[in-house]
Amino acid sequence: MSEPILRAEHLGITFGGLKAVSDFNMTINAGELVGLIGPNGAGKTTVFNLLTGVYQPTEGEFFLDGRRMNGKKTYQVVRAGIARTFQNIRLFDKMTVEENVLVAFDQSFTYRLGGAIFRTPKFWRQERDMHARAIDLLRIFGLEGLANTEAANLPYGAQRKLEIARALATGMKLLLLDEPAAGMNPTETEDLLHCINVIRDRFGIAILLIEHDMSLVMNVCQRIQVLDYGRTIASGLPEEIANDPQVISAYLGAEDAGDTAEGEES
Amino acid sequence: MKKSMLSIKQSYLVCAIGVAVLFGLLMAVCETGAASLYVKGIIMTCCIAVIMTTSLNLTIGVLGQLTLGCCGFEAIGAYSAALLSKLLVANGVQMDATLRFLLVTFAGGVIACVFGILVGIPALRLHGDYLAIITLGFGEIIRVIIQNLKVAGGKGLSEGQQGQALIGIDRLANLYVVFWITVVTVVLLFMFARSRYGRAVKAIRDDEIAAGASGINITHLKVMVFAISAFFAGIAGGIFAQYIGALTPSMAGWLQSINYVIMVVFGGMGSLTGSIVAAVGLTILPELLRAFSEYRMLVYSVVLVLIMVFRPQGIFGNWEFSLPKLVNRLFYPSRVKDPGESGAATESDAVVGRAAESADDKETKA
Repeated sequence: MSEPILRAEHLGITFGGLKAVSDFNMTINAGELVGLIGPNGAGKTTVFNLLTGVYQPTEGEFFLDGRRMNGKKTYQVVRAGIARTFQNIRLFDKMTVEENVLVAFDQSFTYRLGGAIFRTPKFWRQERDMHARAIDLLRIFGLEGLANTEAANLPYGAQRKLEIARALATGMKLLLLDEPAAGMNPTETEDLLHCINVIRDRFGIAILLIEHDMSLVMNVCQRIQVLDYGRTIASGLPEEIANDPQVISAYLGAEDAGDTAEGEES
Repeated sequence: MKKSMLSIKQSYLVCAIGVAVLFGLLMAVCETGAASLYVKGIIMTCCIAVIMTTSLNLTIGVLGQLTLGCCGFEAIGAYSAALLSKLLVANGVQMDATLRFLLVTFAGGVIACVFGILVGIPALRLHGDYLAIITLGFGEIIRVIIQNLKVAGGKGLSEGQQGQALIGIDRLANLYVVFWITVVTVVLLFMFARSRYGRAVKAIRDDEIAAGASGINITHLKVMVFAISAFFAGIAGGIFAQYIGALTPSMAGWLQSINYVIMVVFGGMGSLTGSIVAAVGLTILPELLRAFSEYRMLVYSVVLVLIMVFRPQGIFGNWEFSLPKLVNRLFYPSRVKDPGESGAATESDAVVGRAAESADDKETKA
């Protein structure tokens, strides 16, 4: 196996005196689907924020395809190939479904300000190509019929899907999904599961998934890493994790469970 | 998706003809003497207001950042243009009046744009109320500086005394030229708003964090929009200076800026169509109400309040005028002959146009 898609080494961040995440190590190879789980406030979303340049790590480094990503701004990280979805859906509400996807295609456009103002042939060609690509992408999620609907008017499940479609449109190598099944009913979750499998097969991308729905995690993830109080307490195959005593005590509480400060997750 | 009966290129052609007809009308009323100096003045003020409002709408409506300092940039443009015009004359530069007008107006825009970038880089780190206050403060700083600058009629910065008006500016603003500057401004802003830049800017308005996570360089685009707004505000200022012929520092004050913000909100944030209508409407309205003498501003205020109560999103919301859509709505069921068929656009152009149109067009707000 060549260079992994993502390699995080001793990644950590401290807010004031609080170590939100410390010594976080992770390797994800192409086409892999890895789960990141842990109790509320364990630091899962903080890991996502570190990997997407929202926060800068105070220790450790991480590499995408062997390229060091520390100190990069969010848009630079995204352009390099890490895209994400959000725990609480963040769509461009007043824009249409198609426009939402087109925004994420931005880096695929090469026409500049002059091209936009003078409406050069390049402008028309690219706008037409991107329109076709956006519709193709929406078709995977069954959203092509809603292309001209305002994003805010979509049903909840469709909004989640659109967020994933938008992340895919950035042309990333690693997709970070932050609780994609949150608030979904079983049918919608099933549907989502199908979508995740389809995009993994179709695009051959690596996926890192935060999820509280254990059946979903156990079903789709090839490997699972468990966080508690910002530290990795277990990592391995789903069956191993399910039977790990430390994981069980983290979730169900053990006699010596501390009450360390937490709560960075929004 | 409805198929458009009018390709986007054909609709550009029709719009161009529409503008030409409008210009013909303007020429007709001016040349025949049907329009008095007073009416010409109102048309000129309308043009200036349209430039100010549409460019301000790019920042407030499309980018979603409330700024209250637009008249600071207008004043920078006005004073720059005025002083440059005087400088050219003082140095005995011989040039055509229209050329001089265009040159100094453009220079005023560029200088305002530079200040826009300088102010924008630090100011745009802030959001909402904070940005509004910062830009408000900036406008006041400009006003106070101009008030004291010797070259602008003041008594020098160290004197700290009330300055005089800057007078004796050559009144080179020609209504026809200003009309075309206004048209070019609106077209440029429209093209910008309906491109990948416009989409990215709207994405920042809707959700800044998600825009960043979609690969949009937020700082770059924000400053770009701010600079574009400042540039056109400077242009408007340059025209104003050379239309009035005298400038006072109070033009940079926040009260003036609020006036343009009202026009933007009134027309609908994010709608250039709304900005044009509101700028023209709210410029003409107080003039029409002159018959009510001192009550006219009361009526003006009541109209504003009523609009805000019954249409809080502004007259047009974020709806944008689109000729193909209008044609669709009027003719779609009956499938009448394509009105633009005789145009130069070929069938392949029409396909391109449709694709781009549906890519660009916003959903019309019900």
